[in-house]
Amino acid sequence: MAAEAYRLDINGREHEVSVEPDTPLLLVLRNALGLIGAKFGCGQGMCGACTVWIDGHPTPSCDQPIDYVGDRPIRTVEDLSRDGSPGPLPAAFLAEQAAQCGYCIPGILMSAAALLRDNPTPSRDDVTEALERHLCRCGSHERIVHAVLNAAGIES
Amino acid sequence: MTAPELSGAYGARARNAPDNSAAPPAVEANPRLSTWLDLATPGRVRVGTGKVELGQGILTAIGQIVVDELGIAPSRVEVTAADTEHGPNEGVTAGSLSITQSGAAVRHVCRVLLGLLSTRVAEDEGCAPEDLRLADGCFVRDGDEITDLWSAASRVDLAVDATAAPLPAARVVRAGDAELRRVDLTDKLLGRRRFIHDLAMDGMLHGRVVRPPRPGARLDAVDSRVLSDLGSPDDPNPSRFVVREGSFLGVVADDEHAVEQAQHELATAAVWAGGTELPSDPVGWLREQPAETTIVVRSEGAPGRIGAGDPHAEPIGTGDPRAKTDLAQSSPQAATHRAAYSRPPLAHASIAPSCAIARWDGSDRVEVWTHSQGIYPLRAAIAQSLDLDPSRVVVRHAEGAGCYGHNGADDAAYDAVLLARAAVGRPVRVQWSRADELTWAPFGSAMAVDLSATLGPDSRVTGWRHELWSNGFIARPGYAGQPGLLADTHRRDAEPVPAVDPPAERGHGSARNAVPGYDLGRIDVVAHRALTMPVRTSSLRSLGAHLNVFAIESFLDELATAAGADPLEFRLTHLTDERAADVLRLAAERSDWPEPRPDDTGRGIAYARYKNRGGYCAVVAEVEAVDRLAVRRLTVAVDVGRVVSLDGVRNQLEGGAIQATSWTVKEQVRLGSDGVENGDWESYPILRFADVPRVEVHVIDRPDAPSLGAGEAAQGPVAAAIGNALADAIGVRVRDLPLTPDRIAAAIENG
Repeated sequence: MAAEAYRLDINGREHEVSVEPDTPLLLVLRNALGLIGAKFGCGQGMCGACTVWIDGHPTPSCDQPIDYVGDRPIRTVEDLSRDGSPGPLPAAFLAEQAAQCGYCIPGILMSAAALLRDNPTPSRDDVTEALERHLCRCGSHERIVHAVLNAAGIES
Repeated sequence: MTAPELSGAYGARARNAPDNSAAPPAVEANPRLSTWLDLATPGRVRVGTGKVELGQGILTAIGQIVVDELGIAPSRVEVTAADTEHGPNEGVTAGSLSITQSGAAVRHVCRVLLGLLSTRVAEDEGCAPEDLRLADGCFVRDGDEITDLWSAASRVDLAVDATAAPLPAARVVRAGDAELRRVDLTDKLLGRRRFIHDLAMDGMLHGRVVRPPRPGARLDAVDSRVLSDLGSPDDPNPSRFVVREGSFLGVVADDEHAVEQAQHELATAAVWAGGTELPSDPVGWLREQPAETTIVVRSEGAPGRIGAGDPHAEPIGTGDPRAKTDLAQSSPQAATHRAAYSRPPLAHASIAPSCAIARWDGSDRVEVWTHSQGIYPLRAAIAQSLDLDPSRVVVRHAEGAGCYGHNGADDAAYDAVLLARAAVGRPVRVQWSRADELTWAPFGSAMAVDLSATLGPDSRVTGWRHELWSNGFIARPGYAGQPGLLADTHRRDAEPVPAVDPPAERGHGSARNAVPGYDLGRIDVVAHRALTMPVRTSSLRSLGAHLNVFAIESFLDELATAAGADPLEFRLTHLTDERAADVLRLAAERSDWPEPRPDDTGRGIAYARYKNRGGYCAVVAEVEAVDRLAVRRLTVAVDVGRVVSLDGVRNQLEGGAIQATSWTVKEQVRLGSDGVENGDWESYPILRFADVPRVEVHVIDRPDAPSLGAGEAAQGPVAAAIGNALADAIGVRVRDLPLTPDRIAAAIENG
């Protein structure tokens, strides 16, 4: 398969890459663009570690061929923080020390950010439902749920 | 309740830490002060530890000790990643020993450093070291700042032996808020390069390995058209090429997507022969295997004797485990109760598949980046396998995702070494797939435990026998004189050597926590370690303690029921260790233990002291069991001695409890004629957000007791508390893990 040129809208900036059409979005982000916030976890869209926003929807990027993405805007975890300081949601995770190894967190942050955008005052159940597609092996779930609720200003 | 509980984010730890002047073993092994501490940059203290970050927060805990000992601001501390060129050799990061070992070493070298520098400054000042104070790195005398740590350090040789007792030192004034937050998390949450998976190097190539369809299969042939299409390392400037050595088959390309396509092509072109048919019932299989049998504790002549592993225990030979049962069944002679428990093999199932990078230079020297738990043992194993002098192998640690034992990290590193050897001068990055991780990394062994006991007329247990069957729990690089690396067996078409168990002084392996921590009269403990191994087994968090504690604590509940006793009271009656009683009482108190509970719910309690000499942990579980088991709440009480980082202890216990819940209710590796049959998250489900119980962790304050590890204390007690709660809810007991709906339905039917 020959490489093709793609113009991508990522975190509000335009990027051009030349890759094969079936290259997963995750590899384009990580290898071609150096945006390594999204992680490889399974390559099958089953664990959530690679979650980014495509057109505002939290979506696994590991099984999304770049050709399917088209001109839909992409947002990655890097965009939740500015100038090296954590934005409100990552800051809430840091305050709660809501991680052990932290590998699953960037994906979780993207789903949590979408939840808070759509529902600024989520219940505990809303949070667990929004994170249902994400796996965490270290057992940081409780802290993660607290961090999301804290970011929404809800005492947990 | 007499034991005080720690509260807040920051406990009273280390304020009045005892002065242990003898050098800890890790300092004896790495005596040079400058190996541990570097003050070359003014205002910064760099500390090297041989222990590695596994997601457990050890770098932060080590940094916290430096902050406490030197009284400096948390922002001044930098904990460096371990490598085999610099920094201490502290073996493997495992067994909940990092705080006990490396923590003690760092505490000691900080005190040695302070003594040295204080002496130097005091000499210059013509005063005694004790006349000085040290506040955030400044030496102060009578209110005047004299000099600072870094100026003083520049005038003292730090490349000195640090094994002597620390000299008298300045009094350290500790800052008010000196709590170190996790040093690694900001990078990880902001999407900065921190994980090994994120490392990018100039000219880096990507490698993938094609695995056999099942253990023991040999590579018979590879379609020559595909081989020639994929290229060879000898081609001029190949953009991709195949590496084949024995049954090791891999491919390298200059692009990650390209290498995955090439891997797919190569996999379809490879023809394999033979291999091991795996037992579909690994628990039943274990009971039939030739085994090495060890009497862990023998009761004869010493009624009531209990120990954390009998030092006189000896292997009594190898062979058919059934031939040994006569001996093992000799006591208690009149067992009134018997039960059998089991667990399946378990996978590490880290969220990140293993990853590694290797680069050879032109002079037979290789540099390796790995998330291994033991960089020095890995270096030795690589050197042994390739017949190199170890000095030609440099291994550097880079953080991976959560590590819960001997996973695929070392194997991936060796894959990278083999693939990179065909591309001298260029780094080759190997990324395992999800299927590689779930089917080729070592597993925690399946286990079976038979228990029998004699319950006396006064409701006291007067005899107890524990017999277990397991594969070993140690197959780390270098064990049994073998490299112990997956691809090393493939390239040599060799069978992996069956895993062994750590000796009693290291807390046993399959027999870990097989000795009950209770006064149960005559005790016999017998362990059968299988001498055949269908799939690789090695260390997984808590080793045999998970099933041994599940069995012991389940059986105690069964005996309590038979005796008509409350499970908590029954345990307290059989305990003499007050610290054990304290954690049980605390867990009970915080969980409203005796309160009545609604229908369809159950409550269970369990306790163990990890390795019989580590952290004390008691758990109360509350479950709902309607159509399936739902764990709602876990109340965990622990005593891990002096607490270095209260939040760190909580985080480890919460995580351990949730992971143990996942093992206990969901997880099993399935073996079959097609090899290991669970290569994705659908076939190996783990706990999800909606399944996660509320976890409360209560920590008892023991400022004068030595620090004990926290990472593995909860595994056994959580499993058993859930099992006991399930039995409480449904009225029948499920003795085989995991506690799936099928198992529960079967137990009710047979109940």
